[in-house]
Amino acid sequence: MSSQPTQITRIGPLSQPVSLGVEPATFSSMVEAEIDSHLAKYPVARSAILPLMFIVQRERGYLDPAGVLYLANRLKVRVTDIWEVATFYSMIHTSPIGKYHIQVCRTLSCKIRGAGQVTEYCSNKLGIKVGETTADGRFTLSEVECLGSCGTAPMLQINFDYHENLTPEKIDQVLNALP
Amino acid sequence: MRIEAIGCEPLQLRRVHLENSRSLDVYRRNGGYEAVKKVLDGMSPDDVINEVKKSALRGRGGAGFPTGMKWGFVPKDSPKPKYVVCNADESEPGTFKDRYLMERDPHLLIEGMLIAAYALSAKTNYIYTRGEYRYLIDIMDLALDEARAAGLLGNRILGSDFSCEIYTHTGAGAYICGEETALLSSLEGLRGHPRMKPPFPAVSGLYASPTVVNNVETLTAVPDIIKMGGEAYQKLGTEKSGGTKLWSVSGHVVHPGVYELPMGYDDMEKFIFEDCGGMLDGKQLKAVIPGGSSVYIMRADQIVGKDVRMDYEGLVAAGSSVGSGGFIVMDETVDIFESTKNLTEFYKHESCGWCTPCREGTDWLVKVFKRIDSGDGRPEDAQLMLDLCDNIEGKSFCPLGDAASWPIQSAIKRFPEDFRRRLAKNGDGIS
Repeated sequence: MSSQPTQITRIGPLSQPVSLGVEPATFSSMVEAEIDSHLAKYPVARSAILPLMFIVQRERGYLDPAGVLYLANRLKVRVTDIWEVATFYSMIHTSPIGKYHIQVCRTLSCKIRGAGQVTEYCSNKLGIKVGETTADGRFTLSEVECLGSCGTAPMLQINFDYHENLTPEKIDQVLNALP
Repeated sequence: MRIEAIGCEPLQLRRVHLENSRSLDVYRRNGGYEAVKKVLDGMSPDDVINEVKKSALRGRGGAGFPTGMKWGFVPKDSPKPKYVVCNADESEPGTFKDRYLMERDPHLLIEGMLIAAYALSAKTNYIYTRGEYRYLIDIMDLALDEARAAGLLGNRILGSDFSCEIYTHTGAGAYICGEETALLSSLEGLRGHPRMKPPFPAVSGLYASPTVVNNVETLTAVPDIIKMGGEAYQKLGTEKSGGTKLWSVSGHVVHPGVYELPMGYDDMEKFIFEDCGGMLDGKQLKAVIPGGSSVYIMRADQIVGKDVRMDYEGLVAAGSSVGSGGFIVMDETVDIFESTKNLTEFYKHESCGWCTPCREGTDWLVKVFKRIDSGDGRPEDAQLMLDLCDNIEGKSFCPLGDAASWPIQSAIKRFPEDFRRRLAKNGDGIS
């Protein structure tokens, strides 16, 4: 062991601005007020990150780089802080997604009551596979994990709406009724 | 789907079928907010904790930890703010009771949280609801507004010296956030990674302050405990498992639903074949996962004629556990290899990636399942899966690893024929 202190090359702070090549997103005063109402709930602004991400998604279709930059500025955190959270949660979308996100529950209780047929029926009806979006950008089809609708299986969720006890007729009804 | 109490007077389900059951008015006309009045009229925080201790109420989220003891761990002399956080991140496959409690009786949850907040001197409290339950967040927000307008939230509640606030918070699709320390990470705006325990949340939780995290069903049991007294509540159940419990029943029964049973309900066979209407389409019972996907799967012959009592001790004696009460019934058409593969894919998807045994182990397990499924299973594969489970169970950072291992271990042990059939071509190696 040498008595000389080891020379450590200091690594630069991670707070250096990261350029995303875009301007931060802007929102109407109504949306800004909604954002403020969430921030008011917490002693630490960062806690509002998920509620705010949902608002940005609602307003911009998905969490795009301009939205990420906005959140970083608004919450006074680094752009990478926003990305690291965004990429953890399955409901936060960092790439464009269909207007209607059809999420078929695939977990056990639904699986044994016909989830596979629900997925197949939707897939055939829309002409897309799981994970794909229709060419007109209207529908994205996903399989998701347990949505807490096991007693009313099989089920699917479209954006935030639950549709339960599904049959082919009911799926037709639900999809045809979408504006 | 049915929502009803069997073998006891409904406690938590008392109001769910009333018209406008969500409204403050209906809640108050049916005994609502009397418990919080009783508390503010002359019980000390310690009195409240003692009643909850006497009630033998155990955490309904899955772990079954005694609630009164959990509350007792919060240091009284801490200068830091204290928090009560309601875990409404209901995501355990097969579990949907919290959803109906919040949908039908949101004020019951608010009253339970108020009492907990009073007992722990917490001024700010959060309801962490899974992101997919957006409509429940809207229902809770409306109920909170109603309560605030009626002086049941905010400053000097009902004219007392007690003030507190409750806010809703949304998750965004992550099973791991049902684990209490991961939930707190998420509530702080971070990735939902679990944290090292100790320190336990009671000492250092949200924003490093003393925090109690309780499930929806746990908190909604509290108003009745206060009203009838801890002892009377305990007597509804058994000595170590007090009160009543909600069971979410799904799968191949005639009447799936949410059932409130006294702890120690006798017995599981009657519950399936009479209370839940028996097996769908007259098929044979093959297996039951009684407590959410994470508990040991049971064979029909561990249930039929075995007088299985439905409480914490009874289910352990029968070879499984209460867990979250997500009761999944499977008939003879279900291949247990398939059902276990389905759950393993769930755990792989939901593993947060923080620790190696769980992240790599669940991924490897899914690969082995897929290999067997495609007909390329190797003679050593069943043993390989058990070895993998052995290297995850007890060696992962949080209980998700255990939860991923137990279904596989119990399935191979209790349904070896379903694995043998898949491996028959190349030899199965199951002893």
